[in-house]
Amino acid sequence: MQFVEPTLNLSVILPIIILTFSTLLLMFVDFWVPDERKDITGWLSLFPLGGALTATFFQWDTIKGAFNSSVLQDNFSTYLSILYLITGMLSVLISIGYIRKRGHGRSEYYFLMLFSLVGMMLMGMANDLLIVFLALELLSIPLYIMSGFDRTDLNSEESALKYFLLGAFSSGFLVFGIALIYGAVGSTALPDIAEGIATSGTVGLAGIAMLLVGFMFKVGTVPFHMWTPDVYQGAPTSVTAFMSVGAKVAGFAALMRVLISSMGSMDEKWIPALAVIAAATMIVGNIAALTQTNIKRLLAYSSIAHAGYILMAVTASTKSDDGVGAALFYMMTYMFTNLGAFAAVMAMERFSGNKQLDLDDYKGMGKHNFAFAIVMMLLMFSLTGIPLTGGFVGKFYVFKTALEADLVWLVIIAALTSVVSAFYYMRVVFNMFMFDGEIDMPTVPNALKLVMAVAAIATLVLGVLPADWYTIAQNALMTTGG
Amino acid sequence: MGHPIVFLILATVAVFAAIGMLTSRNAVHSALYLVLNFCTVAVFYLVLNAPFISMVQITVYAGAIVVLFLFVIMLLGADQLPKASSNGGLQYILAIFATAGLATALILQLSGFGDGTAKPESALDASPEAIGTLLFQDYVFPFEITSLILLVAMMSLIVFKAQKRKKQDG
Amino acid sequence: MTIAQLYIPVAVLFGISIFFALLLPILSKILGPNRPGGRKGEAYESGIVAVGNAQKRLPVKFYRIAILFILFDIDIIFLFPYAIAMKKLGLFGLWSMLIFVVIFVLGDIWVWKRGVLEWE
Repeated sequence: MQFVEPTLNLSVILPIIILTFSTLLLMFVDFWVPDERKDITGWLSLFPLGGALTATFFQWDTIKGAFNSSVLQDNFSTYLSILYLITGMLSVLISIGYIRKRGHGRSEYYFLMLFSLVGMMLMGMANDLLIVFLALELLSIPLYIMSGFDRTDLNSEESALKYFLLGAFSSGFLVFGIALIYGAVGSTALPDIAEGIATSGTVGLAGIAMLLVGFMFKVGTVPFHMWTPDVYQGAPTSVTAFMSVGAKVAGFAALMRVLISSMGSMDEKWIPALAVIAAATMIVGNIAALTQTNIKRLLAYSSIAHAGYILMAVTASTKSDDGVGAALFYMMTYMFTNLGAFAAVMAMERFSGNKQLDLDDYKGMGKHNFAFAIVMMLLMFSLTGIPLTGGFVGKFYVFKTALEADLVWLVIIAALTSVVSAFYYMRVVFNMFMFDGEIDMPTVPNALKLVMAVAAIATLVLGVLPADWYTIAQNALMTTGG
Repeated sequence: MGHPIVFLILATVAVFAAIGMLTSRNAVHSALYLVLNFCTVAVFYLVLNAPFISMVQITVYAGAIVVLFLFVIMLLGADQLPKASSNGGLQYILAIFATAGLATALILQLSGFGDGTAKPESALDASPEAIGTLLFQDYVFPFEITSLILLVAMMSLIVFKAQKRKKQDG
Repeated sequence: MTIAQLYIPVAVLFGISIFFALLLPILSKILGPNRPGGRKGEAYESGIVAVGNAQKRLPVKFYRIAILFILFDIDIIFLFPYAIAMKKLGLFGLWSMLIFVVIFVLGDIWVWKRGVLEWE
């Protein structure tokens, strides 16, 4: 067998190289940071993210493949990389004080987060099932560790163990699916699969089904959502914020790339399946959220419900031109809103220590800290989808694309469940403004204030002037080869 | 494919080892059955002209993974399992149906009677040298990602680090 | 000759080693004098009579070693095909392997310096 050097095109993975190697550097710089001042490592970890973000911005509008086109750089991946890196920056900001306060003072938290981000970025770029799998592992393994970071807290331990076991189980499904598709088609590269999948028969179909199960576990859609509430509740809140956005968006990124660019010809087979899952996710997520009293659990069910809306756009994406754009735009609004909401939860949590926050703890917030209450209200409005917030515009485009794809029944369910969701989101708002209560709230640290302000402003901007941003999301097109 | 008799003997051993692993009430015995199963599968790979995979199977699975299993068993002191409570028949029936369905599809596909047409090349060169060439030619990027995954897994060791008691913080 | 046939000497060696491993204990069992009973089954004069089960729970620190072992195992798995095809792969292969190994070793050093390997 002759050896031919592969073409490298390192510019494609430049952001990843920057992020990886500066993180490795940081790991060793960290040895000179004294134990009681590990905040410094947190602040320093913004530099790898910033470097990668800069490199990513320059990639916009260039389409290239590297390593035999097994990784692709197109606007789709660039857009998503920017989303992940912003998620990473905001997550680092909300983590710094939190990690110190809870007595961890351990810097590996930041390294794990950065490596997880490398995995997420690869998820968007992967054009080969092998890379999809490796990226998924690279993104998940740090999350398993991070969700068990609060070692003295049993909830955190439970969360890590549940996440790890179910995550490993779902990876098993994914690998099995990849193996079956390889068996049916003879390749793991997405372009080859696109060619061979239509004639691959039952085994190919079984492979697609298993692949879908694996992805659905990762993004947490019904009926594979069981782990989500427990994991989100038990994990340290900063980790919950990070994974509820990052892991979910990354899962959808790879799902969209795999489904649309390699299995588009089979869409009459997977559209019904996805549509049913999306409907079930929206219904179960929203209705289960109604009965929650713990704020983190409530946000967990809400994130399940949002996965349903994103999935609706994915379902419509082969029939409607705007499907991918709508999903990407929705992810952007979801990212800012959800990170802001979790930041707001953390701002309250600090004084409560290990105690879990209930909805009742928000009673009287409107009088106690008006600005905080207004921001929280805005974020809740956005999660509900009330006009003039990003959430509304996101839902609007998702509904529109689903209508274009003739999924009327799905849109009806989505609209009805949105109304249902108003009940539980508004309970938070009512608790803040309509009731009196004792609030034992700490002074909110500046980093958290910053994140909440960014989230609130982004939510407003996306809600009031969405046109330009939506155009960007629409231009984030997927390509099939470089 | 090697001689059918070799296959039959190995297949019998593999299946019985798998059954033994599932039914044994002593967890250490289960792990040892698993080693036997891994070893027979390794010989399968060898018979199928894939010596590298065979070696991986022995070193990683029969070696390292089983060591991990045994360690977990000993860490938990769980070498004797209590009588398992039955979860009802539905689970078994569903599992059997799913397995049978998948098996049928695979058998049909691989024997050429299936509804699919595409198939992987049957005469792949699976010698260690060919694998090395392929690894650095087509799969050099996944290969480098693997090192990152190993790094992250190594960082997880910190979880097992004996920690100083958490200080009482304000 | 198929690849499997190339490994027949390995199989023979395997068989011989098993044969000898079994042969010696069995021979000593058969040939050696064997008079059990009496005080021979008890603990030695000053010893304490054994209590409880020999199987004790291991401390979790052993597990760290087990995980390190499996990681190095996987590292070796990748070194093996490289070693065989090394000449052909040339400088490109060397650099790729170096990056791989360096990242892995950096992880080792980090874990070491963080005191994970300390045995208290």
